[in-house]
Amino acid sequence: MMHSIVLQKGTGKVEQFIQQLINGISIGSIYALIALGYTMVYGIIKLINFAHGDILMIGGYVGLGCVLFFNMSFIPAVLIAMVVCAALGVFTEKVAYKPLRNAPRIAVLITAIGVSFLLEYLMVYFFKASSRTYPSDFFSFGSINLGSITISMDKMMVMLITIVLMVLIQIVIKKTKLGKSIRAVSSDQDAALLMGVSVDNAISFTFIIGSALAAVAGVMYGAMFTINPLMGMQPGIKAFVAAVFGGIGNIPGAILGGMLLGVTETLVSAYLSSSIKDAVAFAILIIVLLVRPSGLLGKNVKEKV
Amino acid sequence: MKAKKLFAVLVVVALVMTAFAGCGGSGGTKAPEGEADTIKIGANYELSGAVGQYGLMSMEGIKLAIDEVNAAGGIKGKQVELISVDNKSDNNESKTVATRLATQEKVLVILGPATSGAVKATTTVSEQYKVPVITSSGTADDVTVVNGKVNAYIFRTCFNDSFQGTVMGNFATKDMGLKNFVILSDNSNDYSMGLAATFKEVLAKEGATVVAEENFTAGDKDFSPILTKIKDKQFEAIYLPAYYEEAGLIIKQARAMGINVPILGADGYDDSKLNAIAGDENLNNVFFSGHYSSDDTTPIVVDFVKMYTEKKGATPNAFNALGYDMAKSVLAAIENSETLSSEDIAKTFAATTNFEGVTGTFTLDANHNPVKSAVVIELKNGVQTFKTRVNP
Repeated sequence: MMHSIVLQKGTGKVEQFIQQLINGISIGSIYALIALGYTMVYGIIKLINFAHGDILMIGGYVGLGCVLFFNMSFIPAVLIAMVVCAALGVFTEKVAYKPLRNAPRIAVLITAIGVSFLLEYLMVYFFKASSRTYPSDFFSFGSINLGSITISMDKMMVMLITIVLMVLIQIVIKKTKLGKSIRAVSSDQDAALLMGVSVDNAISFTFIIGSALAAVAGVMYGAMFTINPLMGMQPGIKAFVAAVFGGIGNIPGAILGGMLLGVTETLVSAYLSSSIKDAVAFAILIIVLLVRPSGLLGKNVKEKV
Repeated sequence: MKAKKLFAVLVVVALVMTAFAGCGGSGGTKAPEGEADTIKIGANYELSGAVGQYGLMSMEGIKLAIDEVNAAGGIKGKQVELISVDNKSDNNESKTVATRLATQEKVLVILGPATSGAVKATTTVSEQYKVPVITSSGTADDVTVVNGKVNAYIFRTCFNDSFQGTVMGNFATKDMGLKNFVILSDNSNDYSMGLAATFKEVLAKEGATVVAEENFTAGDKDFSPILTKIKDKQFEAIYLPAYYEEAGLIIKQARAMGINVPILGADGYDDSKLNAIAGDENLNNVFFSGHYSSDDTTPIVVDFVKMYTEKKGATPNAFNALGYDMAKSVLAAIENSETLSSEDIAKTFAATTNFEGVTGTFTLDANHNPVKSAVVIELKNGVQTFKTRVNP
């Protein structure tokens, strides 16, 4: 016989809705971080970089390695993961995408899928397919009670880190010379080249930013959940959808798309059924794209010929 | 219970008599079996490959049982010979091995494979050559029964998956005295859905309530939406039949949210990965059903653990114990069989009644599944401790 039976305390409907919103925004923040990489790369070289989700996975592994072998805390582990992923991102760009810059777009797309599988199965080969976990105190900030709402500080941390990074990216893109060169190459590569902008540097820099953000997402995702060599697939696809949802090529669009996707998914799980969360989220995506083919914040620009 | 026993005895008598009748009829045409010098038993096991450990561990128990019988003079004056072939954890290979054991080695019975898929691959072989195939760990419901039809020569000595739902249902309602449950199951997984369904049946029978039922899908990582949703409901326990990956994450996230009620699960929890994923500090008030626990205080288990530890220098695990029980029960059936033919052994084995094994006393039912007890293991700070034995 059980001696004590603990019944869960009741909370109201509004409180629950707020908690679900926090759940949604937190997972949405991760999607947004990944979506930024997709959208920036698409913006500059019109490539859907399918290997982006796997950069996230590598970030997760690098972070874990830092913790296990060097006993690092969150910030140094993330910084190292960012550096490694940025280097890997530039490396894949130079080796796999740059030589195909003037090839038909489908060739680069297929190459990107190839890079994705290569990274996944190299990791399966070297590190086995089974899941690994971060130590439980690595990314753990407890929770606080606001009235009857329990707020997980881990989730607030994810949001905070995402917001800080978003602001930083906006500053880099809008205020720095490199940001200016990225914008120039995005809007017209040939004209930018004629104006003396280094197209190669601008593209490399885009990969650096995107991959570093994916690394942050990878470490946080891995620390909250588990990591395995195929972990990048699901969030990768979701983030790609988020980028399209918000308007691919548009940075605020990627953030908005990621958040909306996370919140939609969560609310569907919460108020309908978790079995159909993806079905509903993707149905909304289709409807949005039917109404606004360029996505929520996408500019309705005519295709340049 | 008494009537049941009497009935079982009658069934045995009836089966033995039919075996006699069968013998009389075919005696003239069929060469009498048993001219071989030894009693040949085949072992079709995963000795290498993905689940090689399962096969190797089962074989340890099987060998021990056969050694014991041989040391005591064998069966009907003959020594038992074990012919073991590796199926490399491959279902196709498992079929090939079974065929080879039945045709070339002419074994009387085939023990193994360890996993359900590999056992299913041998179904046609067992029927074609009328050789009984007996598994000690293939737990999928459709191993012995497919679409309501019992596979004539496939048997198992471990309970099937769905039975664990019954075990946990009984434990939760009767032993723990709980009434209100939340069920979380993986709707991409037959194992999880089957357990949830049988658990619900018990709740209905015992007058307990399912307060909420939620599904997830294998590969999901963030369960906070469904946990937030159930959090404010009035419930006393969560039934979460799932594999360690999802179960681990759900337990971790539930505990972080302050959901501290008992979490009940099944043998999918029996893996150290559960500890790694959930964290030892979160693995309190967690109970799961299983086949066997070496901490069990039942005398037969205590004796077995002592004997095994003396001989092998290690504490026996569930696969060792299940393999041992299976081999013992099969050898008993051979001993009791009228003739040394595969068909007679199959009939005798099908009538196994009240076989006293380490993993519980069992009687085979009409579906070739044993009706036996299960153990409930409790996790305290991540450490497995024997809680109780639950009878069917």
